[in-house]
Amino acid sequence: MDFSIAAILALDGLTNGAVYALLALATVLVFAVTRVIFIPQGEFVAFGALTLAMLQQGKVPGTVWFLLVMALGCSVADVVDGLRHHHGPARIARRLLGTLAYPLAISAFTLWAAPQNFSLGVQALLTLALVTPFGNLLYRLAYESLADASVLVLLIVSVGVHFALTGLGLFFFGAEGFRNPSFWDARFTLGPLALSGQTVIIFGASLALIVALWLFFERSLWGKALRATAVNRLGARLMGISSDGAGRLTFTLAAFIGALSGLLIGPTTTVFYDSGFLIGLKGFVAAVFAGLASYPQALLGALAVGLLESFGSFWASAYKEVIVFGSILPMLLWRSLRDPHSEEH
Amino acid sequence: MATLRRFGFGLLCLVMAAIAVLPVPDFWITQLNYIGIYAMVALGLVLLTGVAGLTSFGQAAFVGVGAYTAAYLAVTLGVSPWLTLLVGIALSVVVALVLGAITLRMSGHYLPLATIAWGLTIYYTISNMEFLGKYDGLLGVPPITVAGFSLGTGRGLYVLIWALALASALAVTHLLDSRPGRAIRSLKTGTTMAEAMGISTLRYKIIAFVLAAVLASISGWLFAHFQRSVNPTPFGVHKGIEYLFMAVLGGVGHVWGAFIGAGVVKLVEDQLQVLLPKLIGTSGNFEIIVFGLVLIAVLKYAPDGLWTFVTKRLPAPRRVRDWQGAAPLPTRDKPQRGDLLLEVDQVRKQFGGLVAVNDVSFAIRAGDIVGLIGPNGAGKSTTFNLITGVLSMTRGAVRFRGQPVGGLSSRQIAERGMSRTFQHVKMIPEMTVLENVALGGYLRTRSGPLRAMLRLDRAEERCLFAEAEAQLARIGMAEQMHELAGNLALGPQRLMEIARALCTDPALLLLDEPAAGLRHKEKQALADVLRQLKREGLSILLVEHDMDFVMGLTDRIVVMEFGTRLIEGTPEEVQASPIVRAAYLGTEH
Repeated sequence: MDFSIAAILALDGLTNGAVYALLALATVLVFAVTRVIFIPQGEFVAFGALTLAMLQQGKVPGTVWFLLVMALGCSVADVVDGLRHHHGPARIARRLLGTLAYPLAISAFTLWAAPQNFSLGVQALLTLALVTPFGNLLYRLAYESLADASVLVLLIVSVGVHFALTGLGLFFFGAEGFRNPSFWDARFTLGPLALSGQTVIIFGASLALIVALWLFFERSLWGKALRATAVNRLGARLMGISSDGAGRLTFTLAAFIGALSGLLIGPTTTVFYDSGFLIGLKGFVAAVFAGLASYPQALLGALAVGLLESFGSFWASAYKEVIVFGSILPMLLWRSLRDPHSEEH
Repeated sequence: MATLRRFGFGLLCLVMAAIAVLPVPDFWITQLNYIGIYAMVALGLVLLTGVAGLTSFGQAAFVGVGAYTAAYLAVTLGVSPWLTLLVGIALSVVVALVLGAITLRMSGHYLPLATIAWGLTIYYTISNMEFLGKYDGLLGVPPITVAGFSLGTGRGLYVLIWALALASALAVTHLLDSRPGRAIRSLKTGTTMAEAMGISTLRYKIIAFVLAAVLASISGWLFAHFQRSVNPTPFGVHKGIEYLFMAVLGGVGHVWGAFIGAGVVKLVEDQLQVLLPKLIGTSGNFEIIVFGLVLIAVLKYAPDGLWTFVTKRLPAPRRVRDWQGAAPLPTRDKPQRGDLLLEVDQVRKQFGGLVAVNDVSFAIRAGDIVGLIGPNGAGKSTTFNLITGVLSMTRGAVRFRGQPVGGLSSRQIAERGMSRTFQHVKMIPEMTVLENVALGGYLRTRSGPLRAMLRLDRAEERCLFAEAEAQLARIGMAEQMHELAGNLALGPQRLMEIARALCTDPALLLLDEPAAGLRHKEKQALADVLRQLKREGLSILLVEHDMDFVMGLTDRIVVMEFGTRLIEGTPEEVQASPIVRAAYLGTEH
């Protein structure tokens, strides 16, 4: 291997690493606030990429129906809950409106917009608008009533959610894989490196999101509320921060980050309905590297995973997954030697 | 109904044996073969997840280790299947030991995360290994032969599969009702209590994980000879999740839940695989939607799984009292009355900038009851935790019977003869009072998992239960020994903790607020018990709020305030002291 190959591999690895970093941040965020180990994070990636792919073809993406099914599930839960607590019809109707208004509006808009062949940028925004509400709905359907369960139970729920989402993904998106067009076709040469516009966008978007998250957590009241919930759920609740609200917001953020990652990674690889699992798990390896706690460590871990993957596929391409996932073991060993006494929840 | 419970297992064995000779269609024999093979894996998860409170998504990978070992050794080297079984088990034990040693020191969720990685790693490894046939796998695995007779893949193998599955179920049932089994059952409620009883929780976590891996590996060995070929697909992470689903659906806390879960999942899966694609119009594994949704629903609405619908109708089994006249357990030599028992010397604990315990010293002589009192936040419980090794001290020394015990773990301190209770009762609610108390006798008994599974530990168990009953009788609770600990009121629960501590045969008993939350009568009963223990020569350190309780009971009192020792003396001296009054009631200005 000479320097130019190494440089190309490094760039490739860092590009993927930047996407894994976003997923790792989402995983750490979800775990910190809700104690949910969110295995299905990668599903949002596939949903994002596939939604854009279908919009590109001028078709109505399956996401619309998927979203409506989830919203319907939530409204049934709303009605049952309202009847059980003997709420009046007006109150139940208000809650239903709250649950259904956005999904219905964005679905109706998509039905109109899909055949119009808007520009790529508009379609990307529409994709984000379609996939982001999944987070809130998913949290309400699967996790909310189990918010006080143990980490172990929440983890098993997560694999159940992963199963259901993968199967539903197959139903709504079909088994075909798609590769999205690049957002920006420009090419730059930096010495031996050929930098594509897409690479620049990936780095730029990842960086922008990290800065935005930082501002959100440092400067906004909602961000601080989430941090408070992460430190102490009961204490935050006593201060008037709803832990359900915090959970919904967190999952909404996670879905947004996942969809964005899907948009970013879509032009670099062919995405199938079930591709999200492995992509998400690579973000996961990085999150585990950070002990599911530290954002900067998750970022570093994600870049390391990206590099490991690109160099691994150069040296032993058949074994690149083995190398990436195998690396979690020395990482865990290092963590257990460094910090062996983290008590159970 | 009680007879059904007692003879249920024998009946089940008879029924399963009868199926082999009756003209049952081959289709059902095949289905039952799958169910038996899957149930063994799910059984391991019952032990790991339902009982020990850990979990693994990588069980399918252990099945793969067993299956590929059998297939590779038989196909390329012609090794006997009985030998490949042992090699497969050995390999999975090694893997489980490595994974366990790396992850089980940390919080419980690192094991499942590591097993996902392990499951993916093994899947991609076997899928790319030339000598394992890559994605095509290995074909032509020979059938198992017994004394020259080939078992084939039908009825012959059915007998072997179910013999092994039922034997495993029996072994796990035996294990759960034994010394190591109670240790494994204690893991779910946190490690502090178990460690204070001298149980190495890490050791038992690893044991549970290794046993689950061994069961999966045996299942894989059967699977390879049943399919007569292996390929990577059935050993991926998704299959691993499916095994967990079987256990959760059937009832993850119950041995037979594994069998019910495996049966229901296998039969329903077959139906769904035909029905759903027809309904939807395209092919694909849509059954995972149903699995995912059912898994979430079960955890939400029926976390005990299907098996509880059976057990609800059966009366709870009652332990047969067969330990009359059992030999006493070994006892330790006790200190002479008046000997210096415990010296606490300038002990200090800092949490960051906060000094919780500030150079506190006091001593306890054998045969005394010493009270440690003080207002809320005085550092009493912290001092207590420093002495018992639950917290590590920043500075200072603790000597117990002349030996320094500072820096030792709570387990090592328990071995030296200190035993304690907890401010918030720590017990295993789903075990009986007797079994909870028997946990205290852990260090006085020896049986390991293998002896327990083979039922070779019965003589020792009788001695242990005799001792546990004797300790319950000592505090007046023998009547309630068969009740579930979780059903007791707080008062009896506290007494049960004392009996458990006494069952360790302690030289010094440490009680952390034993009277908290007790009614007046219960307090009197507790005081009587403690006086009686003192008469019997036991030394007691008592952390307590209730002044009347302490004053009437103790020989000496140490008063703490804001982490420092205020005064030490007899109850009368303490009662007369103006500084103590000031600490409790404030001073006039």
